[in-house]
Amino acid sequence: MASVTYNHVTKRWGDFTAVNDLTIEIPDGEFLVFVGPSGCGKSTSLRMLAGLEEITEGEILIDDRVVNNVPPKDRDIAMVFQSYALYPHMTVYENMAFGLRLRRTPKQVIDERVRSVAASLGIEELLDRRPRQLSGGQRQRVAVGRAIVREPAVFLLDEPLSNLDAKLRVEARTFISKLHQRLGTTFIYVTHDQVEAMTMGQRIAVLNAGKLMQIDTPTHLYDHPNNVFVAGFIGSPAMNFFDNCDLVMDGETMYVDTGAFRVHVPDERIELYRPYLGKKVIFGMRPENIAHVDFPPPGVETVAPVEANIDVVEEMGHEKILYLEEGGKTFLARVDPRADVHVGQRVQVVFNMDVMHLFDAETEQALQ
Amino acid sequence: MTYYIRHILARITTHVILLAFSALALFPVIIVAMNSLKPRREIFRSPYSLPNPIDWSGYDTVFQESNFVRYFGNSIFVTGTTIVLVLLISVMAAYALAEYRFKFSSVIALYFLAGIMIPLRLGTISLLDTIKAMGLYDNLWALILIYTAMGLPVAIFILTDFIKLLPHELIDAARVDGASELRILFQIIAPLLRPALGSVAVFNILVWNDLWFPLIFIQTDKLQTVTLGVSKFVGQYKINYSAMLAALTMAIVPMLVMYIIFSRQLIRGLTAGVSK
Repeated sequence: MASVTYNHVTKRWGDFTAVNDLTIEIPDGEFLVFVGPSGCGKSTSLRMLAGLEEITEGEILIDDRVVNNVPPKDRDIAMVFQSYALYPHMTVYENMAFGLRLRRTPKQVIDERVRSVAASLGIEELLDRRPRQLSGGQRQRVAVGRAIVREPAVFLLDEPLSNLDAKLRVEARTFISKLHQRLGTTFIYVTHDQVEAMTMGQRIAVLNAGKLMQIDTPTHLYDHPNNVFVAGFIGSPAMNFFDNCDLVMDGETMYVDTGAFRVHVPDERIELYRPYLGKKVIFGMRPENIAHVDFPPPGVETVAPVEANIDVVEEMGHEKILYLEEGGKTFLARVDPRADVHVGQRVQVVFNMDVMHLFDAETEQALQ
Repeated sequence: MTYYIRHILARITTHVILLAFSALALFPVIIVAMNSLKPRREIFRSPYSLPNPIDWSGYDTVFQESNFVRYFGNSIFVTGTTIVLVLLISVMAAYALAEYRFKFSSVIALYFLAGIMIPLRLGTISLLDTIKAMGLYDNLWALILIYTAMGLPVAIFILTDFIKLLPHELIDAARVDGASELRILFQIIAPLLRPALGSVAVFNILVWNDLWFPLIFIQTDKLQTVTLGVSKFVGQYKINYSAMLAALTMAIVPMLVMYIIFSRQLIRGLTAGVSK
């Protein structure tokens, strides 16, 4: 059991900055997810914590101990790798026992622990097999088993699900979440998949180009993204952005003018946005908050719908995803499956402006 | 049907070529073995005929007139120690070159590469000085040190590439598990390098055949290797062919045994990376 602190951590390779001034505090027992596109520095951050990369600047603490110069084996961590990195010439049992043997754990204790962990993961029958005789899902469990058998204070996972097929991945997600609940250990999980991040993380740290963009709970990230990057990264399909918009007042009401159409800003936000009158803003709206005019969500006014051309209709069964175009602006809408829509038609959609997002066009920061 | 015939034809052609090559390679070995069992007259009258009757006099001469068992033991000691030393040192050097980035790592890698290109025999005179200065003249360790130095460049070159091909996460995993660098090398890396280590071992068995360095560095009869000992039967005026061929036949045996043991590894080593 341990907390982890990144204190102004920077990693450089020559001129390239992989991680830039990262500061995060991870309390004991938290499930934290590092998420971001490839090359954002998330794996490097994890590997620095594991002791597999040197830290250029700043310090990393496990509990209250600075571990910058502590070798991996003395950090009380265990790690699951993307390729699982099972030792190919050892049996599953030997793979799991390897770390314990190196720590001179008594044979009997090793045997007990390996067998009980194997039982809890449902891999007892595999103990005598070698990694190459296992399926992808089994290998993944063995890799997790090898890590938890050591009973580490911090548990690191580097994209452990990316080698699994879609169905196994969903199963493995719940498996890892349950494991965290059962062990109560600090979990730090790296992924590029925002669905994994959202479903598993208690808090999510979104990284981009080596910088921490935002760290928050999944719901808060989704509802209140700090900037355009987080807004676009979290949520699938991604949020619609309308660049180059103007805020205009028409009497007592405020509108966002996208150039192609105007939408009505809720009255309670007028004071918040007033300083930006006359400045360029980016208007963001999630596809799930744009509805067909015949099936509006409760509380959404349908008086001034937006008209647009339908380019593509994706039938998902439980919903339809419309690719819309109006005056050179393209955007997506997730509408009720009963909506009668066809490619080439004009359609009327309504925006749920209570959950609108506005960003400064220059800084790309949210106006909030 | 035509596909089937073509397939058969292709297989026949392949096997004809392979058989022809095997015959070519085995021919001298068989001739040596056959003629070692004939008296001298027979060897020249009909070199290709089977020995009839079998004449062991060549073998008798070898055992009576020379310290053959001793030579044989010396050769095994020199070759065996060389292989062990080459494997041990090269695997450690290769791991360092493949895994660590240090100040002169690429310079050192190039230095080893240069060793492949420069034939060691060119430096025989200065080697002789060095060995004498070390007090190893007329000592089997002189041969072992020279052969080890000769074998290292290629071995390091092969093993460095092999280690780079291994998934790096294995090394990371072992480090997190708490293994020391030496343990990672010998318990994780080395077992996975078996095909490459097999190739390196086979390449270095060839020092068994060397005559040059024993001829220069070894004087005492008891310290001679098989190849040097055999040369005793080549006199200035008279060559004892039966005895020489008998000694050579016996010298081939350990090579064959070693090759059979390592060939599987060698083939795997040479074709590694060709397919997944």
